[in-house]
This record gives sequence, C-alpha cells and structure tokens, in this order.
Amino acid sequence: MFVEIRLHGRGGQGIVTAAEMVIEAVTLQDYYGQSIPIFGAERRGAPVTSSARVSDRPIRRHSQIYNPDIVAIFDPLFVYRQEVMAGLKEGGSIIVNHKQRPDIQKFKLFVVDATRIAMENGLVVAGWAVVNTAMLGAISKILGIVSKESLEKVVRKRWGGDLGERNIRATLQAFEEVS
Amino acid sequence: MILTGNHAVSYGVKAARAEVVAAYPITPQTQIIEKLAELIAKGEMNARYIRVESEHSAMTACISAEACGARAFTATSSHGLAYMSEMVFWAGLGRFPVTMAVVTRTLAPPWSIWNEHTDILAQRDSGWIMMMCESAQEAYDTAIQAFRIAEDERVLQPVMYGLDSFSLSHTAENVDLLDQGVVDGYLPRLDPSKLPVYIDPDRPITFGNLLGPDRMMEFRHLIKEAFDRAERVIDEAAAEYSKIAGRPQTGLFENYRCSDAEVVAVATGASSGDVKDAVDGLRDKGVKAGMIRLKTIRPFPGEEIKEAIGGVKVVATIDRDYSFGFGGILGRELSAYLSGDVFRYIAGLGGRDLTIEDFEGIINGALQRAEEGKGDAEEVWWGLKEVE
Amino acid sequence: MKAKVAISKASEGASGMTGMWRIKRPVMDEGKCNKCLMCWLYCPEAAIVRGKDGRIWITYEYCKGCGICSEVCPTKVIKMVKEV
Ligand code: SF4
Ligand code: SF4
Repeated sequence: MFVEIRLHGRGGQGIVTAAEMVIEAVTLQDYYGQSIPIFGAERRGAPVTSSARVSDRPIRRHSQIYNPDIVAIFDPLFVYRQEVMAGLKEGGSIIVNHKQRPDIQKFKLFVVDATRIAMENGLVVAGWAVVNTAMLGAISKILGIVSKESLEKVVRKRWGGDLGERNIRATLQAFEEVS
Repeated sequence: MILTGNHAVSYGVKAARAEVVAAYPITPQTQIIEKLAELIAKGEMNARYIRVESEHSAMTACISAEACGARAFTATSSHGLAYMSEMVFWAGLGRFPVTMAVVTRTLAPPWSIWNEHTDILAQRDSGWIMMMCESAQEAYDTAIQAFRIAEDERVLQPVMYGLDSFSLSHTAENVDLLDQGVVDGYLPRLDPSKLPVYIDPDRPITFGNLLGPDRMMEFRHLIKEAFDRAERVIDEAAAEYSKIAGRPQTGLFENYRCSDAEVVAVATGASSGDVKDAVDGLRDKGVKAGMIRLKTIRPFPGEEIKEAIGGVKVVATIDRDYSFGFGGILGRELSAYLSGDVFRYIAGLGGRDLTIEDFEGIINGALQRAEEGKGDAEEVWWGLKEVE
Repeated sequence: MKAKVAISKASEGASGMTGMWRIKRPVMDEGKCNKCLMCWLYCPEAAIVRGKDGRIWITYEYCKGCGICSEVCPTKVIKMVKEV
C-alpha cells in the first residue's frame, strides 16, 4: 500500500495538524506515515495545502506530492477551484467538507458535513468551526486501515479533558457519516 | 513516535544530555530550540538554556561552556550560520567539541527560506566534522552520535550536521527513540580533563593568545591528524550505535546497490531516499543503477568511495550547492578521486523540488552522455528555465 | 600530556621582559594609598604585587608603563614620570 494525500484548507484551519494526526493513526496500525507541511509562511485565511504519505513500507522519499490518490477539501468554498483537482490520479478520491453533494463526476466523491459536526460538538474558535478532527475521521475512514480506537488515542494525546472528548466525538461522528 | 526532523534533533540532544543550549531563532531551525527550551523549562531536560542576542554569541557561549567542561549544543541556518562563522572557526580551530544542527537554507539575496546546501558547505574549512541527515530518524541518531564523535579522545573536534530545509526539518515521520539508559551507556558523561581547553580555576591557562609563525603549522597539523583519525571514529560510532538501536547506521557514506552498478548517482541529504527510489525504478527497467549517499562531508571519504565505485564507468554527482567559479562542491571534490567520467549536475538550488523523475532523468542523462562520448567537462544545471 | 591546542599556563614573565617597553614609569605615593586594589586589578601585566602584609608595590621588570594604574587610581596617588 502506498497512498498520497493532499489536504486543502485555509491557514489556521489545522490542515497540518490533521495530516499529522492521520499519520499518527496509521502508525498505530503498523503502517508508516509521513506528513509534509506547508513550505513557507502560513497565513491565516489564505488557501494552503499540506500533504501526507501512508505506506506499508518505510517511506524514503522527501519530494513533494504532485499526483495524490486522495484530495481532502476542508473548506466548502474550495470545491470547484482548479488547483484542488490538479494532478489527482485517475480513479482518485475526493473527500469534501460540504452540506450537499457537489457535482463531481470524474473522481470518487466522499462528502462529510464537517462544519456541522464541529459546531454540534462546540468546536468553534473565534467564529471559525474547527473541522480538523472531523476531517481526520473522514480521511481515516476512506483510508480503510484506521480503527476507531486508534483515532481516539491520537486525538486524546493532543487534547485532554472535555475538549479532547468533544474532538473525539467529532472524529468518530465524521468517521460514521462520511459517504 | 511521529516527529518532524527538527523535533527529532531536539529529542536526540535531550537524550545526549546536553548541558548547555545557547541559540538564536531563525527559520526553519526555530522548532529545534523552541522544543529544547520547552523541555528545559518543564524540567524534563537538565540543562541551561542561554538566550543570546545573536548566532555569533550563541557559538561563543557554546565554546565557553565546553571550556568549562559542559556538553553544549546550538542550531542555526543560512544567515545565522554566516553571521556565526567567525566563532565557528574558533570552535573548530580551538577544538571545542560543540555540536550543532544546521537546517540548510538558501543565502540571500534574493530572500529565500528554502533548501540549499551552500550555507553549510561554505563552512567546510572551519575544522568541523560535517554530516548531512537523510531522515528524521537519522537526525535523531546523528544528534546522539555527534557528541560521541566530537568528544572522542582521538578526535576532539566539533560536529555539525545538516537537515534539508522544510523537506526534512518540517516533515513529520516515524522516529524510534532510544531508552535513556541505552543512550547513557553509549555516550558517557563528558570528562573535562580530556578536553584540549579546560578552564579550571586551580590550574589557570590562557587560550587564544598570539602564536607566532614559527609554531602555528604544528597546531594545524594536530587538527589534520584528528581528522585523519575521525574517519574511523565515525564508522565505529555508527557501528556501535547500530548495535544499541538495532537499526543499520551510516558512518561515512552509504553504498546503495553499487556492487554491480554501471551507473552510480552521488547525492546527500533528504533527497537521498528519492534517489534510492529512482535507482530501484531504473533497476526494474533493466538499468544497473546504484547510489552513493554522502553522510559525512568532512572528513571527505574520497578514498573510500573510490574503493567502492572506482570501477564504475559512469558517475553522476548531484549538488544542491554551488561554488561560483568552481562548480558543484561535492561533485568537484569527488571527481578529484575518481578516474572515470564524473558527470556533474547542479539541481534543486533555492529549494526547487526534486522528484524521483528528476533523478531518473539525471541518471539516464549521464548514461546517455557517456554513450555519446561527450566527456564530463561540462556541468549541467538541471531543469534550468529561461530568465524573463 | 602533549598540548592539543595552543594554550599557555600562567607564569611569571610569560610575555617576556615587558619592563623594557616603558618610557614612563608609574610612581606610587605609598603613604597616601588606601589599598583599594584597583590598580592591582587593572594592571594588564600583573606588575602590581600584593604583599602578605597588605603592602602594594610595582615590579618594574614587568611594568610596561601603560599608565592604566594611574588612570584608575581613585586617590590619584600614582603619577607617571618620564624615564631618564
Ligand atoms: S603602568 Fe601599566 S604595566 Fe605598569 S604597573 Fe601601571 S598598569 Fe601595570
Ligand atoms: S588604586 Fe591607588 S589607592 Fe588603590 S591600591 Fe592602587 S595605588 Fe592604592
């Protein structure tokens, strides 16, 4: 197994954290992971990408990802932007945070209303729904190798107490709901 | 554990029980010293963090700490390293076994925070042992081994090791950490009485005083001899570490599938894994490719590499650095040892990404140039675009 | 043990007979000296000696005549006097 994932979001939305949690989770399943950050300055609100590799063998390469197998879109407004589909492999998957099912024919489409899930769990900071844990749940489900127990562990490691529990709920809810 | 290359260094330095950390922040290195400051503040690491007003002072503080018998560490990058340079030479020529992580970054102008190796290589004559890391795991391992090499009585020279900006410094990967007891067994406490310069109030000495032309060469020769011995010490440090870690380690250089190779690529740093993937891909297509990964750049293992690949017809060197009026530094240095054709490639300057396709292209390109009998006089700037 | 770097150990006259460099000589009015030791601390050649009895004097073999002691003396009891 060798899967490359690209995450699209806005600076401040936690896409790097989400990528890191994805690979922490796959590591608990005895896979190897690599999270590749935004190269350069991250500006709040600006469109940014980060990416991750998941493999059943150690990952040696450090180049950037140009032809992902999966694209995860954290912000509904980005769905129809050219750059989010760029290089996506034929037969690749798109996981999008959206209320409705956007009209995308070329790729396998998975939708999750991560914004709603975040709001329902009180994950709002300065008016922004914090969707990274919900998206973590959705991505993990599509990867198909991550157990719920691993997700719980990974999220709990980052956030303790009530905040941790709410994030876990958001993660697992998205894991169930994504379709 | 999942760690960025930067944090892998921090945890390595913690495991090595560095006693003094003196540093000044600079992108893309800052994570290293932030994490160390945090570990020290939380009491998880027993060390003194000295906040300084510049990199020049950071190295001065490290030198002073070593002179008092304390294990010292700093980290910097590009302009910080350039600014530190005077004291880098003081540490090297004064034989203070400091260790330093350098996150390699392009020097300005134009301004850049992205990857290039010219900053670290510009310090290559400063009396420091120099290494380049391939992965976050190797960054952790090297942070520990660096102190062992630097403090070895046969060496007693400082060690710096490079991490590629962003592609290694900020990329998070699986890293196995060692138990503290295991590291303690590998790296005993620093014995100050063995240091070349140890300031002890009961035995006053002066260091750094004037030395006339009649005596200087002899002291330079002592450092030369230390570097001669360092090759062996580096390999020993790697071999013993691989025993305690249960993972293979690279000392001077890594020989990847070169034994029957017809073409060998030579590279260093975080792109090395991509080169290996390219080598595997080419082998699947019937091209007998191999790779030499330079882990250690000073002492330069030219003779050893010659022994390993002296018979190979086509060698392609890949430099992510440049010495104007000379060429790619590592390619030029290596070609001095090899008698066959050495095709020199300059690639990825200023942080331009290099992919497996790039490396396949470089290796195939060298093969083709050799077949066409073009000779190796001209270097190639890979992927060069027209300037508008 | 053989030296690994160039260091020097403190010893009398390590920089040679610096007294030969002097063109002006510091002369101390010992009676007015309050033993504050400023001159002793500042003398770059360690040419000012503290005797066991608390007395302070200048050793002219090593005094190079720089005048620093005269500058730092708070009671101004060290005068720089021309040699010969
Ligand atoms: S003149 Fe200078 S060298 Fe002589 S005693 Fe005074 S301070 Fe020392
Ligand atoms: S500085 Fe002046 S007063 Fe003080 S010890 Fe020297 S000579 Fe005496």
